[in-house]
Amino acid sequence: MTKAALSKTTIYILLSIGSILMLLPFVWMISTSLKAPNEVMAMPPVWIPSEINWTNFTEALKVAPFDRYFLNSVIVTILSTVGELITTILAAYAFSRIQFFGKHVIFAVLLGTMMVPGEVLLIPNFVTLSNLGWIDTYKALVVPWTASVFAIFLLRQFFLGIPKELSYAAQVDGCSEFKFLWYVMVPLAKPALITVALLKVINSWNAFLWPLIVTNTQELRTLPVGLSAFTTEAGVKYELLMAASSMVVLPMIILFFIMQKYIVAGVARSGLKG
Amino acid sequence: MTLRPNWKSTCKAILYLLPALLILITFNIYPIIKSFLMSFYTDYDYFNNVVHARGLTNFITLFNDQNFIKALSNTLIFVVGVVPISIILSLLIALLLNSKIKFLGFFRTIYFLPFVTSVVAVAIVWGWIFHSDYGLLNYFLGWFGVDPIKWITDPNFAMLALIILSIWKGLGFNIIIFLAGLQNINQQYYLAAKVDGASAWNRFKTVTLPLLSPTMFFISIISIINAFKVFDEIFALFNGRPGPANSTLTVVYYVYQKFYEEWQFGLASAAAFVLFIFVFIFTLIQLIIGKKFVHYQ
Repeated sequence: MTKAALSKTTIYILLSIGSILMLLPFVWMISTSLKAPNEVMAMPPVWIPSEINWTNFTEALKVAPFDRYFLNSVIVTILSTVGELITTILAAYAFSRIQFFGKHVIFAVLLGTMMVPGEVLLIPNFVTLSNLGWIDTYKALVVPWTASVFAIFLLRQFFLGIPKELSYAAQVDGCSEFKFLWYVMVPLAKPALITVALLKVINSWNAFLWPLIVTNTQELRTLPVGLSAFTTEAGVKYELLMAASSMVVLPMIILFFIMQKYIVAGVARSGLKG
Repeated sequence: MTLRPNWKSTCKAILYLLPALLILITFNIYPIIKSFLMSFYTDYDYFNNVVHARGLTNFITLFNDQNFIKALSNTLIFVVGVVPISIILSLLIALLLNSKIKFLGFFRTIYFLPFVTSVVAVAIVWGWIFHSDYGLLNYFLGWFGVDPIKWITDPNFAMLALIILSIWKGLGFNIIIFLAGLQNINQQYYLAAKVDGASAWNRFKTVTLPLLSPTMFFISIISIINAFKVFDEIFALFNGRPGPANSTLTVVYYVYQKFYEEWQFGLASAAAFVLFIFVFIFTLIQLIIGKKFVHYQ
């Protein structure tokens, strides 16, 4: 073997070992979710169930209303993502294309808020929402998350890169500014918008602390909150726990596989966690 | 399109900004100010929103509370335990992924997977892996003659279990950022170094590391900020408790306890504020150190 081939082989071996370590928990989760109870605690561990046991999923659905949690997660994720996209597009347009008094001050204040950890905002936001009577409503889960400074910043950068001449040409053709934004700028900014939307979907789907605090009733639980409550409800029935975990994790994994190309490029470009 | 701001363009801009600003002012800017003020509320009637007394008592109470001191030191242990290892491992993997090999997309996807999945779900899976009798980890350690470890129930090992889970979860994000940084390095530098006869290690030391320093700097700031805020992992891994004997009680967990379990809003705000100061100081220190060592191309 040549020296180059040898180093390539080493790279493959190292990467494969790493991949196995990264994947193992997922494989273990899915494998356990399909096992019969007597195989769950077997030592040495059983990796491939002797019989595929789909009943764990239906059983988990019987113990807790995961279909309801799932629906809640879908509703909250879609509404907050759509909301954020709308507010972000409008604000980013103002910051990138309109000259107005106080522009730089407002922008600097917004960027400054990004430094404050979200946990600091927890208590006053809870108080605001309970004053509004929004605790235990979808509004509490969605509305506070329909705007993000990071998203505005990312999209503004992208809008700034779109040539100004396009706006002038549209103006000459008698196209209104608002129409120009939605029919020209937005389609051009598709890569940036997909990045913003995907990061939002991931964060929204996986959000835990906020939904935990603003919901008290079972009907409003999202998947992570429902799953966390399920750990006490299911006790030590690991096959059920793993089936429930799979239901939370798999939709994001599937979405990620489909959108992989965009998300990797998007996160790499923006370099921030949403 | 106007080039200078006037009242007409300002009115128009406000219309465009209104939806975003309404949300951001209500749920971002106002709460930042409010939470600062709240940390000085020493006697607060939450139901009627009346403040009876203000003062510094909350901060004094905090630093006399053994649990808060414990939470602070646990948070620091967590930051020190997670950040350096995570950065070194992710740099190593990013370097491997940056070579010209097949199945690159496949490998990249696998390493990124934990980042897109719910912390709660994967923490439950890890809780099972850490199981002292039937867990995979002890089973594998058994091959090397290690006696079963009570990862979740022994206060001496709970933090280690939390650190392992957190490194695994966060690795993918750092790898992607490092990969982007590596791909931005101009190949000409490597060619020049090769012509000069620099060894692989020397090329890494004199070309890659300095040119990667802005990325490194960015990752260390983000990682430290995120590590300071750990909560979901703990809640899920230890079943809604901060570990055995408070062994994984962190500052955010403490805030959660004071706020949500004990309804001590003033004290919780003060603790959140202390966390903010810590994050701020650490970021500031990094910015100062960064100025010295970060090279921009």
